[in-house]
Amino acid sequence: MNVLQTSHQYPGLLIVVEGIDGSGKSTQLQLLKTWLQQHEYDVFFTEWNSSSLVKKTTKIGKKKKLLTPTTFSLIHATDFADRLEQAIIPPLKAGMIVLADRYVFTAFSRDVVRGVHRDWIRNLYSYAVRPDLAFYFRPSLQTALDRILVGRANLKYYEAGMDLGLSHDPLESFRIFQERIMREYDAQVAEWGLEVIDSNQSIEEMQAQVRERVYKFLEERPVPKRQ
Amino acid sequence: MKKARFFGHGLPGMEKLELPGKLIVIEGTDGVGRTTHINLLHDWLESQGRGVLVTGLSRSPLIGEGLQAAKQNKLLGRLTMALFYATDFADRLEHEIIPALRAGFVVLADRYVYTLIARDTVRGTDAKWLRDLFGFALIPDAVFYLSIDIDSLVPRVLRAGKLNYWEAGMDLGLADNLFDSFHEYQSLLLQEFEKMREEFNIFSISSKGSINSVQSRLRKRIEMLF
Repeated sequence: MNVLQTSHQYPGLLIVVEGIDGSGKSTQLQLLKTWLQQHEYDVFFTEWNSSSLVKKTTKIGKKKKLLTPTTFSLIHATDFADRLEQAIIPPLKAGMIVLADRYVFTAFSRDVVRGVHRDWIRNLYSYAVRPDLAFYFRPSLQTALDRILVGRANLKYYEAGMDLGLSHDPLESFRIFQERIMREYDAQVAEWGLEVIDSNQSIEEMQAQVRERVYKFLEERPVPKRQ
Repeated sequence: MKKARFFGHGLPGMEKLELPGKLIVIEGTDGVGRTTHINLLHDWLESQGRGVLVTGLSRSPLIGEGLQAAKQNKLLGRLTMALFYATDFADRLEHEIIPALRAGFVVLADRYVYTLIARDTVRGTDAKWLRDLFGFALIPDAVFYLSIDIDSLVPRVLRAGKLNYWEAGMDLGLADNLFDSFHEYQSLLLQEFEKMREEFNIFSISSKGSINSVQSRLRKRIEMLF
């Protein structure tokens, strides 16, 4: 039953990016998407916490601060299941390249920091398709903080991990929260074979490494180009 | 005062929770008389001066509305549906059931994780995955299953006009009409409950007798909890 631990058999390709806020992962994925499309690949993009079905509920929960570590975790898992069934597996079956901005490793980091059990959360997502490539963008904490806080007056309650009661100061809470998340990510590098990209580098340098890795992968396991 | 017991890893931060209340679960398929018996138990317990809270499935403030909307969407996958219900259940557990138990209330739960597990197992979701999923749930003080055979159930449901798409499990594609599908689906659920009885220490009470006789059997068992 543990789908996440075995390679998938779909003709398509699943590439995911992970990392804390401000690691530059979304920018990198966007650039990768453009490049793949220029090379005539059929690309499908999906992002964490975006299923229309669950969005309203998540919004209410966050606004009213109704979410506990367990419901926070479950609502994101519901969102993920919906996207997996509707937006990830079908394009993989159709031989497309699916690009996911955040994947299960986000839950394995963030939710564990919030206090849910490591084994429980891994079971919860055990039905997820195993990615072919999972990039983990790793900045220094200071780099990430500088990036995320530029031009931002306020940090949101859950974003700053205020529900954890780490500090009354949102900035300090955010710093501690992100640092703990990073530690959980680091621990997953070996567990899941995440490809670490040093994200203290420039955008161009990072993108060159990502493209090189994807290029190599496509040479070994080609996927159909657009007709 | 007793410590909270969970099926699995439990809820973060609640490992040492003390719960003076009692959690009593009434399970059984629709049409078996759950609501009637819960109402009678409610009155009886209150007349003894006990605080009572009644709670059901899919009524949480967080998910209730979204869940009703989601049920209208028949494209919803089985995993998504299972997780949606689990979220709803977790919300009620943490915001209703546990606070009431901490305050010493008797909580009467109109169905619990067992119904969710049975429904999803019948739909092909992995049994072990479901049990792990609900590892955060409290183990109740008592679980009663109001049992009924399928042939007695059908007329009751028809009389109450409760034959609908979901109760008939039409999403499973077992039959091309409500009646046959209901028959097939409810039989599968009954089998699933039969299998869970021992595993979860569920006390089965036949709902075939009069309301009074079923109720008095329930009360006798419940009295033993105090």
